[in-house]
Amino acid sequence: MQSQLLLQLIINGLIIGTLYGVVGMCFVLIYKASQVVNFAQGEFLLIGAWTCWWLLTAWDIPFFWGFLIAVCFMMVFGIAVQMIILRPLIGEPIISVIMVTIGMSIFFQALMKWMFGTFAQPFPPIFPVEKVDVLGLQVQTAYLMSTGVSLAIMAGFAWFFKYSKMGLAMRATAFSQQVAQSLGISVRQVFALSWGISAAVSAVAGVVVGIVNGVSSALSYFGIKVFPAVILGGLDSIFGAVVGGLIVGLLENLGQYVDSQYLKWGNLYEVIPFYALIIILMIKPYGLFGTRDIERV
Amino acid sequence: MAEAALKLDPVAETGPAPLLAVDNIEVVYNDVILVLRGLSLKVPQGQIVALLGSNGAGKSTTLKAISGLLKTEDGEITRGEVNFLGEKINGIEPDKIVRRGIFQVMEGRRIIADMTVLENLRLGAFTRRDNEVKSDIERVYEFFPRLRERTGLAGYLSGGEQQMLAIGRAMMARPKLILMDEPSMGLSPLMVKEVFAIIKKLNVELGVTILLVEQNARVALSVADYGYIMEQGKIVLDGSAQMLATNEDVKEFYLGQGGGEERKSFKNLKSFKRRKRWL
Ligand SMILES: Nc1ncnc2c1ncn2[C@@H]1O[C@H](COP(=O)(O)OP(=O)(O)O)[C@@H](O)[C@H]1O
Ligand SMILES: [Mg+2]
Repeated sequence: MQSQLLLQLIINGLIIGTLYGVVGMCFVLIYKASQVVNFAQGEFLLIGAWTCWWLLTAWDIPFFWGFLIAVCFMMVFGIAVQMIILRPLIGEPIISVIMVTIGMSIFFQALMKWMFGTFAQPFPPIFPVEKVDVLGLQVQTAYLMSTGVSLAIMAGFAWFFKYSKMGLAMRATAFSQQVAQSLGISVRQVFALSWGISAAVSAVAGVVVGIVNGVSSALSYFGIKVFPAVILGGLDSIFGAVVGGLIVGLLENLGQYVDSQYLKWGNLYEVIPFYALIIILMIKPYGLFGTRDIERV
Repeated sequence: MAEAALKLDPVAETGPAPLLAVDNIEVVYNDVILVLRGLSLKVPQGQIVALLGSNGAGKSTTLKAISGLLKTEDGEITRGEVNFLGEKINGIEPDKIVRRGIFQVMEGRRIIADMTVLENLRLGAFTRRDNEVKSDIERVYEFFPRLRERTGLAGYLSGGEQQMLAIGRAMMARPKLILMDEPSMGLSPLMVKEVFAIIKKLNVELGVTILLVEQNARVALSVADYGYIMEQGKIVLDGSAQMLATNEDVKEFYLGQGGGEERKSFKNLKSFKRRKRWL
């Protein structure tokens, strides 16, 4: 029975880990392209989920369309945030920019509470069955969808950065803004687009989590959970964010197992990712996949 | 002024409107550091024009003023004009200037180290919308056969290969004018020869106009049609490449071969002494 529990927790860890990975990628995308540490990443999930929820409940729009509209809205929203709030800050000290994103986080959270209340709201039922049987384990349909969507997003990111023109342009901008401009890339466009994509993809994650847990301000904790994930992976590595996300998801659940079976501390679930973070950073200061520049003399 | 008397090539003054005309520009960094002090030069269509001068003269600044990249370093053109194809281009964003047909190959190559050769080349074509990018990549490989075999990250290429990639990346943009900043820097003499042969080929076979900045005056004048020599933010001498290559002062101070017995090391000469002779 215990091994059954362990297996269940590992699967939960992987499922939640892929979601952390997706949000982590969004975080890293902004950081890489525009060197902004976005403390309001979790709020992108929150706003996206509330928007979708509102479209579904207040307008009775079918899920697919509500979802699509919410994601497109968040794309525009992310671009607007970059253009209106962050663009004027280009060239300001990093600490000022960080303070602004922290301010954004507080503001958007309060705004959402004001608009939608403080209680968690369930999504209307979306799937015909709530749980399905996978290899003898009960898995929520929404989690299956979540994993499917997460993997699709990761594949999409991989394609985008490897083959699309705009993806290459973003990597060039991350390498050097001056070099990017010398190639004819508009770094303003790249900044705006990176925020747009980041917000839109975060909204997907927000909706998925909202379907499982209901929509509430708890969603924005994802923004905090993502920190150990991306720092573990190395702040500037998209792939590292995915691995970091999986590690954090697994650690949380394994921590819970160890805690409930042996330690009985009751809070290992929450803190173990941060312990792991400290240990890994002592061994690898740039994170698991963070890069120092390639140098050739 | 004496400067005018030294202009030995009046054709440059009277010919058809040049592709690029830099007219009496003044450039300031960080609002205070005056680096270019009334610099003028012309680049006629189809030619290679060399811009020579010692370290710190303001050659790179001149190129950045033309390409607009000055903005990325908090520099500004405070006086004068840069005209390309008869239109004023100073003040335009650098990415728009690339779209107009000016592409700068920056000092130190600046290839994207964490991308492959192919990805670097594809980025060169970023501003293009046509569907001939594939055949252009093939053409770059024909110009630089050794790049074809390099499948790893561009950061692991040798200095010469990186310079080739930087030039190949410029070809991918199909520019009308390439601004090339010290392509010989840090390369072995053999590699310098190879790279300059390609630069000449680019000009002759593809008809690309090139403004070539160099400290290595000898090799630059060997491929150029016309040359300018600058000192401390100003042009102090200009003329056809042949004329410059045989000019006694140039020989002495930039080609290191003048004056027989009293020949002095270039390093030991004070710059005011050079200017005194030319002005
Ligand atoms: N970004 C910058 N900010 C301030 N001063 C600069 C900058 N770039 C160059 N300079 C100064 O301008 C002068 C000319 O530099 P540069 O154009 O790089 O010369 P060159 O390419 O001929 O060696 C130098 O004195 C240099 O210190
Ligand atoms: Mg220079």
